This record gives sequence, structure tokens and C-alpha cells, in this order.
Amino acid sequence: MIAQPPPKADVLARRDDILAGLSHLVAKTGLITEALRLKPYETDGLPAYRQTPMAVVLPETTEQVAAVLRFCHQNGVRVIPRGAGTSLAGGALPLADSVVVGLMRMNRILDIDYGDRCATVQAGVTNIGITQAVAGEGFFYAPDPSSQLACMIGGNIGMNSGGAHCLKYGVTVNNLLGLRIVTMEGDIVDLGGAHLDAAGYDWLGLMTGSEGMLAMVTEVTVRILRAPEGARAMLVAFDSNEVAGQAVDAIIGSGIIPVALEYMDRPAIHACEAFAHAGYPLDAEALLIIEVEGSTAEQDDLLGRIAGLCGPFHPISLRVSQSAEESLAIWKGRKGAFGAVGRISPDYLCMDGTIPTGQLPFVLRRINEMSDAYGLKVANIFHAGDGNLHPLIMFDANLAGDFEKAEHFGADVLRLCVEVGGCLTGEHGVGVEKRDLMHVQFTETELNQQRRIKSAFDPDWLLNPSKVFPLLEGDARQSGVPALAA
Amino acid sequence: MPLDALAPGDEAGVIAAVLAAGAAREPLLVEGRGTKRGMLRPVQAARSLSTRNLVGVTLHAPQELIVSARAGTPLPDLEAKLAEGGQGIIAEPPDLQGLLGTEGVQTLGGVVATNLSGPRRVAWGAMRDHVMGVRAVNGSGELIRSGGRVLKNVTGLDLCKLLTGSHGTLGVITEVTLKVLPIAELTGSLLLPGLDAVRGVAALSAALGSPYGVSGAAWLPAEAAERVPGLGGQGAVALVRIEDFSASVHYRLGRLVTDLAAFGPAQTLDDAASKAAWRAVRDAVPLRTEVGDAVWRISVRPSAGPAVVDAVAVAGGRCFLDWGGGLAWVAGAPALHDAVAAAARAGGGTWTVLRAPEGMRAAVHVVPPEAVAMAAITRRVKAAMDPGGILNPGRLYAGM
Repeated sequence: MIAQPPPKADVLARRDDILAGLSHLVAKTGLITEALRLKPYETDGLPAYRQTPMAVVLPETTEQVAAVLRFCHQNGVRVIPRGAGTSLAGGALPLADSVVVGLMRMNRILDIDYGDRCATVQAGVTNIGITQAVAGEGFFYAPDPSSQLACMIGGNIGMNSGGAHCLKYGVTVNNLLGLRIVTMEGDIVDLGGAHLDAAGYDWLGLMTGSEGMLAMVTEVTVRILRAPEGARAMLVAFDSNEVAGQAVDAIIGSGIIPVALEYMDRPAIHACEAFAHAGYPLDAEALLIIEVEGSTAEQDDLLGRIAGLCGPFHPISLRVSQSAEESLAIWKGRKGAFGAVGRISPDYLCMDGTIPTGQLPFVLRRINEMSDAYGLKVANIFHAGDGNLHPLIMFDANLAGDFEKAEHFGADVLRLCVEVGGCLTGEHGVGVEKRDLMHVQFTETELNQQRRIKSAFDPDWLLNPSKVFPLLEGDARQSGVPALAA
Repeated sequence: MPLDALAPGDEAGVIAAVLAAGAAREPLLVEGRGTKRGMLRPVQAARSLSTRNLVGVTLHAPQELIVSARAGTPLPDLEAKLAEGGQGIIAEPPDLQGLLGTEGVQTLGGVVATNLSGPRRVAWGAMRDHVMGVRAVNGSGELIRSGGRVLKNVTGLDLCKLLTGSHGTLGVITEVTLKVLPIAELTGSLLLPGLDAVRGVAALSAALGSPYGVSGAAWLPAEAAERVPGLGGQGAVALVRIEDFSASVHYRLGRLVTDLAAFGPAQTLDDAASKAAWRAVRDAVPLRTEVGDAVWRISVRPSAGPAVVDAVAVAGGRCFLDWGGGLAWVAGAPALHDAVAAAARAGGGTWTVLRAPEGMRAAVHVVPPEAVAMAAITRRVKAAMDPGGILNPGRLYAGM
């Protein structure tokens, strides 16, 4: 278990008073304190880590969020913001003395404006919920993380979520126009709006990906885009990772930016095919899923160009989807990759490093060597266009020491990502999972600079503390740099 | 003008200069080549610290859509280097020499520090959306790196975003890594003449709401259109751009002609005419300015663009619209400021003073003041990056 700061004794001692105070701030059903009902909130998408919080509150309005934060600020109570709890990095892991503020009851679509191409929604609306609300008019919300059926836009802001289509459409921050936030002191502030460029500092940019450490998000205005006329996928299989990597370089180097360019290695191909029956070639070492958009003629043209570019690399198979149904089946395999690996292994860790794409063959070779050394299987899924690598490390939590082994393997992979010029996390966030690896990528000076910015928003380090930044020795809060507080 | 100009040749020199200024408690005017020195509020500093001597591309990986260069690299040099590989800077930052009355080339660090984006902003994002990595020296003389040289990165707080558009007030940017994209095979445009602002923005909105990937959408009143070669003599015009492979550009322009038929007959502009017109729009050439004028950039929700046009006209100013109506370039007497600010507020947006007489620059809110709670955080963030307050003090907000 990862080290956590000790609970504040004074807060635990005042537990009953604090819960009584909270009960006045939200609806009766919006305060959860019984052990059994707290159970679902003790973990998130990283279930290896668990901690029961003191309470969960479920506000229904921005004003209630502000009242709860103001109260917690006055009482020195730590707050853990939570959306759908799908974080793969432990971003919503509670502390024993904390109050979890869940946004699931703030799930209303507030405004859709097709003329100005934006939608304003509460933070608890699911990612797919935005697209569903505007699909009837032919629009969509672009970032599409694999968890999009469940994950909430507030959490997407927290982690700056990506998805399979961000090579063309960008990640969350690139599709964001405005936020309503609540500071830890309980002030409600609007950032941005429905316009494109904010004046002054880029608070929208800083908030996005700040993992709930700076302020809580309650409302979000995003860009909505008109969907393309159509989209079609093709599958290209190769007999080595090296050759597949060269094909990716050739495609990008040609001036074509496919809307998606996904890569699976042999174990991933086999797991996904068993799950989705998408017709993936089982004799391949590497498989590319390439999607293009436009009219049928434009799709034909682009897919033809890509097939031509792949030719010199002698693909062992090349199949262009002939229908929307076939494209859906191809994507079903890729989007279901996590579930597919879950079927062949009792447990797995999903890693999330980014590497310069040219390093892919080397990195995959090293990961396979590590796999042999650790004795744990791994399947690799990769957003090849933007270098975001997702090794799924398989283990069995019931075997003593297996989880620790998987964690060490994962840490080695992330160190490798940084070593070749990449980073620890491309879209999942640091959370608690990668917190203690931050010094691999940053100097202590750089971490202290980031900590001082956290302090500028939350001087007492009450908002999602103990995430992202390694704990400091000898600090009562064991997190943050009180001496450096701005 | 500062008395003394420091222009170190490497990052260590920047660190030394900042440390020395901090020790002496002397503020620094931080800049590249100073082409945008007249923007926002004036900085009172005895010395300037320029990044003009930090030059050169340090990494170019075309297959990875990545380029890194030192902050003082002249933007035209960087664009030429990228063009050799058929790539370009996605946000097409404007060259505002003509508008700002300055001479000389702007630097990469300058366009990043000011987050200035061109017409493509409406489809592909701002400068800040493509800054993947930054190296900067904070006000304590510490080297701070954020981001990296990969396209997806959520490791730690995103100081690339915070530094981009911070106008040198939070750190001295020494090196930048950008995402770049291929330059389109062909550029084509649709010209819809004779539309007033309301009908013009409606046409732009219809175009941007189409599935055809419109990458530019501007509306020019008659006087502004006269200033752009090829657009004059037809009254006010709406202009829509497509950039893509040749066959796609022809197909998509054809579909737009049909879809926008309700807005009257459309003309198409070929590659050369399109590029010339959009370059002019990018650089605000359509905006006529007079000596003593102030110039504002207003960002509002696109449908509010026509109301801004009306308000500016009533106040006696001139303007044109880009970004589908969401960006208004405004020129006029300094006395227009209150009307401009009111129009920006009414449109739910913001303003930036790009150019103004010295007295006005120090006297008005050059960007909208922040709400009280946010202003307190802003002061603390400034102190977190620049505790001595020595980097471009007063540039954005008075007393900070």
C-alpha cells in the first residue's frame, strides 16, 4: 500500500460534529455515513488501493458544493472530489479523515447552442451523455476515453482525458471553453465562457489536468463539433513491431492525419479477438487500426493512399471495412481491450506512458524482456499517432507478491518511457499510482514550483492532497510545502 | 525605453540575469525582439532581458509532428525550416508589425508568451493548444521544465498552459516544443458578397456547423474588404476557407456552395488568392488604423459578433470579424474603450488592448479585471512564480 499522510486526529475527534454540520448543507439523502453505504466510495478504477472516507456528500447544486467546501475549509477537513470513480490512477482514493464530494447528482445538461457550437453541462454528466444530447442534430463531443459510457466530464477535466480520436480532435483541454469552479474557500468563479480565447492567464488550461487539487469543477462549457459525413476503418497487420512502426512513420510523414491510428501487439490482438470476434488476424505480431473521415469518395481516396504507403512494408494482411457495421466491430475489439484482457487474466494493471513514436519498436522489445524477467504477461495497446502507450500487465492478486511485482514492472515501464524522451502519463493522470515516480520526470525544484501553485489555490492543502506530488518528510501534512506557501 | 538591454546567449545567461535582478530588486522588461512591446500595459523597468540571442531549432521530428526551438528563434526562420518538411505551425500566429507600427521579426517565444493565434484557431485551436513543452526561468532564477516532446502528457500541473499567454510575467521562456501539422495540399475559399454582419455571421455559423472542416470564417465590412486584394468592390463579404487534399477542397467547396445557397451566389477563390486573403485577415490588414488610435481584440461567443460590430460603429470605431464572428478586431479613438469593454461583456467575452497611446495603456483595464476571489489567486500564483515581482511587473494588471 502506498504511503498516505496520517489522519488529522482533531478532525477524527470531531467526526460527529462535522457530520452534523454537513447534514445541514445537502439533501438528507445526500450525506452518506454508514459503513456499508460508504463501501463503493472507498476505491475507484484502481481497486488495489482502498480507504474508507469519513463521509460522502452528494451535492445537487454549485451553491451546495460551495457551502460544503466552505464548511470543510473552516473545519480543516480534507476533501476528495469524485466523478464516476473511473480513475485508473487512484485519483479519487479517499483519506480516512476526508469527505468525498461526489458530483453524480449534478447530471443535467444546462444549455446547447448549435449556432455557437457549444454545450454547457453540469460536471456529473457522462462523457457519452454530451454526445448523446447533441447527436440528433449531427454533432458530437470529441474526446472519447475508453470509459466514456461511465466517466463524467468533471473527471475528464481533472485528468485532461484523451481517447482514440485525439490525434485529430485533441484532448479535453483543446475542446473546453468555460468552467464554473468552486475554490476550497467556497468561492464560486466562472472561467472562460462560450468564447474561444480568454484574456489574462490561462486558468482553463491550468485547471484541466490538475487532478482536483486546485478547485472543484461544477459546470463545464465544451465545444461541440459537427460530425463528419462518414468514417471508415481499415486493419493492417505486420509480422514485426519494427515494420509496423515504420509504416506509422510513413503514414504521418506523408501528410495524412488519420482521425485515429491505433496499434495492438500480438497478445492484445488475441485477447481482443477472443472477446469481440472482429476478424483480427491471429498470425500478426502488430495490428494497426486506421480510421479516416469524410465522404465515401474521400474515405476511398485516403484509405487507398494509406494502403499504398503500407505496401512497401509488406503487410501480412490489409482489410478495409466495407460497412459501418464492420467498422463498429473493428472498434468494439479495440475499445473493449480492457474487458478482453480481464477475461484472460484475473487482474491487470493498465499503464499509460507516452513515448516518441519512433521509439516504439525499442520500447516494445524492452517491455517484452521485462515481461520475461518478471514472469508476468503483458499486452500492449498504443495510440500510435500520438505515442500514448497502454501496456496491460496481467497478474493474480490472490498470489502473494504478484501485485507488488506488477507494480514494479509498471514502474520500470514508466521509467523507460521517460528515459526515451517521453512521460509518465499521457491521459490517465498521476493520482496516487504514479505519485512516487514524479521525481523520475521532474527535479525537486520543478516539483516545488508546482506545489507552490497548488498552495496558491489551496493554501492549507485540503483539496485532494497526497495525490500527484510525492509526500514530504517531516511535514505534518506530509504533502505540500507550507514554507513555500505563496 | 529601458536604459540597459541584456541579451544572453544561453539559458545559463538568462538564469544569471534573473538572479542578478532579483538580488538587486530591479524589475526586468522581458521580451524577445520587442515587436509587441506596445501591447497591454507599459512595464517600468530600467533593464530589459531579451531572449533574441537564444536561437535555433533543437529538435525536429516530422514523423512525430514535433519541433523544438529556442525562444529567440525568429518565427519566419522556424516556419521556413518546417516548410522544408511540408509542415507548419498549426495556429498560424499573426504578424502584427503593420498593426502595431513596429518593425522587425517576431520570435517563437514572443508568439507563445502572447498566445496570439490566427484564423485557423476556430478549427484547430490556439497557440496554447500546441505548446507541448516549455523550458522557462522563473522569477527566482530557477529552471522550470513543463510538458515534454510528446503529443500527450498529463504529468503534473500544466505549466505550459500557464506560461503561454502570460506575457513574460511568470517566467522567461527559453525553449518551446510545438506540435506541428502537415501544410494542406490546397487552400480554397468561398466568398459570399453583400451580407451585413447578422447575415454574414449566420453564413459563417452554417459553414462552421457543416461536416466539411472549415478552417477559416471571417466577415469584413465593405471598408475592410477594400483593403484586401481581390475582395474589394462587392460591399461587405463573408469568407470561408477549406484546407485539405485537392480533391477534398473542390468537393467540399462545392457542397458549401449548395448548402449556403440561401445566402446568395458565392464565388470561389483559388489557392493563391485564398492564401493572400487569409494572410491579410491573419495580420489584421483589413483594419484601418489612424495615428493616435487604440486597437482591441475582442473574443465573444460568435453569435454576439454582430452586436459588437453595431456597438463599435455607434461609438465611431472600425472593426471586422474572424473566428466565425467570435473575434472582433477593433480600432478607434482611445475614448472608445468603455464602449468596447461593454460590448465584450455583453457578448459574454473578453477584450485585450493591443495598442494604445501611453497614457491610455496605464490608465485602463487592458484585459478585463478578474472577480475578487480569482484576483486573489492570481496574485498568489504570480508570487509563486515570481516572488520578487521582477518579471514584467504591471504588464497585465496594475500593481502586479
